[in-house]
This record gives sequence, C-alpha cells and structure tokens, in this order.
Amino acid sequence: MRIERDIIYIILGFIVLMVVVPWTAGQLSDQVFFNWPFFFEVAIGGLLSGVMYSLIALGFVLIFKASGVFNFSQGAIVLFAALTLVGLHGLGLPMWLAIVATMGVMFLLAVAIERLVLSKLVNQEPIILFMATIGIAYFLDGFGQTLWGSEVKVLNLGISEAPGFYFDGQILINDFDLFAAGIAAVMVVVLGIFFQYTRIGRALRAVADDHQAALSVGIPLKHIWIIVWTVAGLVGLVAGIMWGSKMGVQFALSLIALKALPVLILGGFTSVPGAIIGGLIIGAGEKLAEVFLAPMIGGGIEEWFAYMLALAFLAFRPQGLFGEKIIERV
Amino acid sequence: MSNQDTPLLQINNIEVIYDHVILVLKGVSLTVPKGSIIALLGANGAGKSTTLKSISGLLGAERGVVTKGNILYKDQPVESQSPADLVDHGVIQVMEGRHCFEHLTIEENLLTGAYTLSGGRKAVAKNLEMVYQYFPRLAERRKSQAGYTSGGEQQMCAVGRALMSNPEMILLDEPSMGLAPQLVEDIFEIIKQLNEQEGVTFLLAEQNTNIALRYSDFGYIMENGRIVMEGLASELAENEDVKEFYLGISKEGKKNFRDVKNYRRRKRWLT
Repeated sequence: MRIERDIIYIILGFIVLMVVVPWTAGQLSDQVFFNWPFFFEVAIGGLLSGVMYSLIALGFVLIFKASGVFNFSQGAIVLFAALTLVGLHGLGLPMWLAIVATMGVMFLLAVAIERLVLSKLVNQEPIILFMATIGIAYFLDGFGQTLWGSEVKVLNLGISEAPGFYFDGQILINDFDLFAAGIAAVMVVVLGIFFQYTRIGRALRAVADDHQAALSVGIPLKHIWIIVWTVAGLVGLVAGIMWGSKMGVQFALSLIALKALPVLILGGFTSVPGAIIGGLIIGAGEKLAEVFLAPMIGGGIEEWFAYMLALAFLAFRPQGLFGEKIIERV
Repeated sequence: MSNQDTPLLQINNIEVIYDHVILVLKGVSLTVPKGSIIALLGANGAGKSTTLKSISGLLGAERGVVTKGNILYKDQPVESQSPADLVDHGVIQVMEGRHCFEHLTIEENLLTGAYTLSGGRKAVAKNLEMVYQYFPRLAERRKSQAGYTSGGEQQMCAVGRALMSNPEMILLDEPSMGLAPQLVEDIFEIIKQLNEQEGVTFLLAEQNTNIALRYSDFGYIMENGRIVMEGLASELAENEDVKEFYLGISKEGKKNFRDVKNYRRRKRWLT
C-alpha cells in the first residue's frame, strides 16, 4: 500500500477539522459544552463504534476485491450468520461449538452460492452479478428467519458491557467496544497478509482484475469463489456476533450494511486497511459532529453525516482513500 | 507433415457454436507435432481465436460449445477437462490483447502463472529466474503495476506468465497485436528460443502472415471458420495465392483496381 500525499492531507485536514471546530464551537457557543477529557471520550467512543462499521465494510471489500462484484447480500449474510449462531446455541451447543458449526454453515452457503448462482454467470457484466447478489440477499433474509424465527434474540458473549474508566477515571470507555476493536485489528492484519503475500490471495486479486485471464493461467474460479464467499461469510459472522450482542439478533442487522456504504466510499472498495480507516473516520466524525456541532444547528447530524462525507468524497476522490485507481495508460 | 514423432495435439473436424446459434468453426482439423511452431493464419473473424479457445477450454466462459468433432491432447479428449486441469497438464493459452492483471505488479503477474505449479517455492523461484532470463526487461519492471507498463512489456509479461506453469504447449493468440515491428520481431525471436531451448510447442494465431511464416514450421490458413490451405511454412510463403492475398506481393508488382476485382474472384474460389 502506497500512501500518497493527498491521503495524508485528507486525514490531517479531517483531524484538524474535527478538533478545531468543536473547540471553537465550545468557545463561541454556550449551547456546546467542551473540555478535553470529554472531547476525547466522545472521539474514542466514536472511533470504537467506527470499528464496528469497519467489520461490516470488510465483508464487502473482500468480495469486491476478489471478484469485482459489489455484494449487496453482505448485510443478509451478517444476519444469517448471527441467526444461525444463536439458533445453534439455542439447540444446546456450547458457544464455541456453535461458532465452529456456524463457520461450517457459512462454508456450505458459499459452496451453494457458487454452484447455484455464480458458476452460471461467469464472465457476465458486473451489473448482472450485482443483481444476482440482490437476489441472494432477499433469499437469505427470508431463509434465515424461516429457519430460526424472526423474533429478536439475545446473544451474550459473556463480555461485560459495563463502561470502564481509563486515564485516572477521566475518560469512560465501553469494554465491549475495546474488545471489538481488538478483534477487528487482528482480522485486518490477517486478511492483509493473506491478500498480499499468499498464493491464494494473489489469485484472488488476479480474479478481481480479469476473470478470463485468471481462468487462462489455470486459476480455478470455482475454488476461488468458494474461498472468497467463505471468508466473507466468516467476516460476516464476526460482524454478526459483535453487532448481535450489541443490539440483539434481529432483522435490523441486515440494514446496518447501509452504514458500511459511506465507509466503503471513503476507504475505497478494494482496500482492507481502507475499510478500517474509513470506518474510524466515519465513526469518530459522526459522534463528534453530533455532540459538538449539532446543538448549534438543531441536532440530528449523526443520521446523515456519514452520507454527506461520502458525497464529498465521490466528488473529489472517487476511488476513496486507498482504493485502486482505474488504470489508464496514455 | 514435419518429421517429428506422434502429434501432441490433434483436432478432428470440430464445429463450434456460440450462444446456440452462431456457427463459428465449420469443421476444422489440424495437427500439432511435439516441439514444433505451428502458425494459424487468417483475417479477423476467421476463427483463429475460437480454435485456440476451444483447445484451452476458455470457450465455455464465452458461451461457446464444441458441437462436433473432438480435440485430443496427448491422446486425451480436452472437453472433459477444465482450463485449470489443462494448464496442469501443460497446455496454456496467452490470450489476445495480453490480459495482464493490471493492478498486480509484473512479478505478481508472473507468480499467478505458477498457481498450478507443484514443487513449492524452489520450483517457483527457478521458473521466475528463467522468465527473467528470457525477458530481462521484465526483471527491470518487476515492481511496477502491470497496468502502467507498455504494450510490449505487457505482451512479454503475458508470455512469461504462461511460462511459469512449465507448459509443454503454449497457445499464443496474436502476439503482434498493437506492437511496433521491431518489438514483434524481438518477441518472435524469443518464441523461437523458447521452442529450441525449452522445448515448448507453440500454436500461434497471427494476422501478420509474413513474420509468422518466417518463424513457424507449418502453417494453416483459415477463412470463415474453415481451413482453406495448409503446408510447410516455407512452401506457404512461396505460394502465389498466399503471396497475393496475405503478403501483399504478386508477380506483377502493384496492381490497379481492375485487377483487384479479378483477385477477389479468385479468392472466392479459394474458399
């Protein structure tokens, strides 16, 4: 990953914006309360919730990177994975066994998707594959809920949700969020190494660039697709566990995928680190804007802030922070 | 036929249909002996690429099917094998228009070619070394993204990538496309070397009849999905019709318009 100067400017600019503006707001307006511990508390809370967005975005990036398809069904996969996990746990399996079994189910799901959908659509336009993933999304939504029921279920990992106090008790951070951040960090490192340095990872990137050429050098597309969808399924499972234990396993899980879109646009559709940094920026930006800017204009920034940021990026840097440029030789 | 032993590849009277309706090959037969360079010549749309793709198994991805006849590679039918199996057994295609993986570096491109290679890191490193020996230019550009390299470098990259799989036979589709004449000459020179030193058999589809006949042993000329002429490359190069229609030279030198009509007529007879 090469870091261009633009990226550094953008990130620095963002940090300045997000520090200076709240500070000024705190000085000028009496509606805004500002002091540094409180600022950091909001910022860290935001960053940690951003990690949760990143977890979702990662699943999209994987499939996009490896097959050039925007996988609309990632949200449904998250829901399906979480439902299956809770369902299996409910049948009496211990949690670790349920997780392993769900991984197996995600693999079977990947095989089924490859057999029934993707293998019929080799070498078709990306838009056709995209439409197919919409179909998969609706199917999974329905199938998961038919199988395991549609009521809200509780997923308890046994990690305390209690807030912990750090830095001499001045800053309050949710332990669960820290745990999620740790998991996300591990996943990024593992996936980064996998894509950049392994034979399979290289083959995945090759398939993303050119299906037919990949076929011609003897990369078996079938296996590759099964691998990617399995990995996306596993990432979905992790996201499902995290979000599910936060807000309960329910249909709304498949909608948080929408929050991943601005993250993807910011970070770039093809970049694993981009998904993480995009998530962090969106998460922190959202919370800081809500707390420090919203009181001045009447509140409710959090809902649309991410999408506005994404819109700005589309105008000025459509490939996102770390996305691959469309290569044009002149 | 040339004097080599049993043929490596045998195509018997195949017919290929795209999308269930478009008949592209209408009974093509050809033989590729081991260790030879065979040229498949003809204009756009003659069926050269389709012939190559029906061998390498890439037709399926374009919704084409071999409906009649058979293709035997080492006496085994290729229809039942996937492209990956075929690469594993030694047949690899270098597609028209190069098709490098743009966002991968040159070296990563080459490494993808070793996907089917068994023998671990050592075998890969050895092949990489070999490719860099034949294409020193690639060694210089190994860290560049393939999308930013020149057309010639991409062509070298595509051939090098195919070499990484230890092929016995390379199906080379239009290596000269869009390249400067000198570069085309260089690439054909390397093909010749690979043929002689590594024993790689080549079946190459070309529009550049002149250069293809100079470097190959035997040639087939295709028109409208049929093979209309075949012979030793040296004989084809001397054939009056080939000279006129494909090499643009004739006994009388340049012709005027009236004669053009005349050779149109002859060409129709030829097909």
